[in-house]
Amino acid sequence: MSAATAPVATGGPETGYNFAYLDEQTKRMIRRTILKAVAIPGYQCPFGGREMPLPYGWGTGGIQVTASVLGADDTLKVIDQGADDTTNAVSIRRFFERTAGVATTERTEEATIIQTRHRIPEAPLREGQVLVYQVPIPEPLRWLEPRETESRKMHALAEYGAMHVRLYEDIAHHGQIATAYDYPVKVNGRYVTAPSPIPKFDNPKMHMNPAIQLFGAGREKRIYAIPPYTRVESLDFEDHPFEVQRWDEVCALCGSSESYLDEVITDDRGGHMFVCSDTYYCAERQAARPAAAAPWSEAGGSAK
Amino acid sequence: MYVAVKGGEKAILNSHRLIEDERRGDRGIPELSIAQIDEQLGLAVDRVMTEGSLYDRRLAALAIKQAQGDLIEAIFLLRAYRTTLPRFGASVPIDTGRMQVRRRISATYKDIPGGQVLGPTYDYTHRLLDFGLMDDEAERCQAVSAPAEVDAAMPRVTDLLGRDGLIEEETAEPDETPIADLTRDPLTFPAERPLRLQNLARGDEGFLLGLGYSTQRGYGRNHPFVGEIRLGEVAVEFVPEELGFPIELGEITVTECQMVNQFKGSKTKPAQFTRGYGLTFGHCERKAMSMALVDRALRCRELDEDATAPAQDEEFVMMHSDNVEASGFVQHLKLPHYVDFQAELVMVRSMRAAAGAKEAAE
Repeated sequence: MSAATAPVATGGPETGYNFAYLDEQTKRMIRRTILKAVAIPGYQCPFGGREMPLPYGWGTGGIQVTASVLGADDTLKVIDQGADDTTNAVSIRRFFERTAGVATTERTEEATIIQTRHRIPEAPLREGQVLVYQVPIPEPLRWLEPRETESRKMHALAEYGAMHVRLYEDIAHHGQIATAYDYPVKVNGRYVTAPSPIPKFDNPKMHMNPAIQLFGAGREKRIYAIPPYTRVESLDFEDHPFEVQRWDEVCALCGSSESYLDEVITDDRGGHMFVCSDTYYCAERQAARPAAAAPWSEAGGSAK
Repeated sequence: MYVAVKGGEKAILNSHRLIEDERRGDRGIPELSIAQIDEQLGLAVDRVMTEGSLYDRRLAALAIKQAQGDLIEAIFLLRAYRTTLPRFGASVPIDTGRMQVRRRISATYKDIPGGQVLGPTYDYTHRLLDFGLMDDEAERCQAVSAPAEVDAAMPRVTDLLGRDGLIEEETAEPDETPIADLTRDPLTFPAERPLRLQNLARGDEGFLLGLGYSTQRGYGRNHPFVGEIRLGEVAVEFVPEELGFPIELGEITVTECQMVNQFKGSKTKPAQFTRGYGLTFGHCERKAMSMALVDRALRCRELDEDATAPAQDEEFVMMHSDNVEASGFVQHLKLPHYVDFQAELVMVRSMRAAAGAKEAAE
């Protein structure tokens, strides 16, 4: 990696670092890994993850993927728990504002790259958009087999019986599959894959999505991908089909009955209400409705 | 009326300001200088350099200052800086046989060529608080210099054993064998010894200490003796392509520990002593010894020993030794998990409702 072969650094607003922090050689290595990942949907590709100036477990994999696909004319949206203003989303957005100087947005439809932790936006994504997931544990078989050497073998042989046994045992014990998030999926009919800790509510959005879905796990040094319009099935049984979470209430702010709801505790006497976890979706709906008071807040318990 | 929590950005900025203020503490007390940390908290600097994998005393001291003395945070700061540095090549392997020794002890032989040199150590101090240190104006004692220079010839104790074939031979990898670099490539298993040693060298001292200790208590026992510990300065040499011969870049301080371990022999090998190896930047004896114990434990596969204990399980050891990784992932639990927790709430409620309905039906 001599100075002669290194591309000219286009300085971001933060002087002293390359555009989007990572050096071009590292980005090239990550892009190669992404290409491989896209070619083998759902397969976890090892990559030489770097130490980032943010802690492991706080999105270093997603940040490295975003840094590698980000261009100067991209518009970036960062969400955590569906919200643009949670502290870690703010911190990551600020990191890219500082190191790349790219435009940022909260508008899902405006963003060309969306980095997310734990959610897929409610608004449907379109072709050309890139959804980057932050992944803590990329291996869906990890809770069945802690050894990497073994779990890699299981993937190679498509030996997923143990996973089905686990799901079956859940049904036998609890009458339902007791996995509410990070619910395993099968990508393109081949690899069982961890969707990252999104609620299973979001799993159906991964199926045949027009956007590219990239997954980065920094500490575990793995990248995987779901190319546009790829089959993504949540594992289930014929007599116990996959189901997503439902609420009896609607969002107390925008009245949506279709979005994923967060429970907000409003007092210490059991009062609680439900609001959309996707803050941009919720704000848009509130802006679009007539100025009259929200009649929905009654549904959310004792909220006033 | 519920209002969504906004203002994360402002809170973060204010938190940064607050921590800067707290770091400085009482303005009536003089600010700590980098030179003071380097000189007077030297062992902390050594640890940060070792686990931060960067030999730079000033930067390590700066990291310690910036982290308010939180050494794992300081190691993280140094690592995040190190990873941005260009690599222009690899040095010639350092030769600890040519070390300018300041301390050298062996627990296997009473007398050895070159002699035992106690050097600076807390080993034989009585751990009584020295209230004299409370007075920061007082005169401190000066070390007396030895009447004779330390012997220039300091053969390694393990080399002496090797002459009789009592200890396994250690053959260097041929120069052309590429050595994996765990800072550039992801770990793969099974891992060869050079990669394991890289991992142990930057591994957390506390984690390795616990694992090393566990081998002494029977979890993968391998009967260790300290063949030799040496501390001192070694030259770092580099061969620039255009010159073709090594030039000296400078000197670094290292601690080396060679453990000598019993080995009863296997079908293919006669009984002989085996080795465990530890090396650190600066003066980190506890770390070097722990590393040597764990290195030996991890060699079970190569020596046909049963791997039954945690310290012998390379995936377990190598995947969990790094304190920057471990600290990040443990502490990420502080990040919001509202969405997943809500998913769990919905599930637990539905399971309780199902159980309630079943009970009512019975």
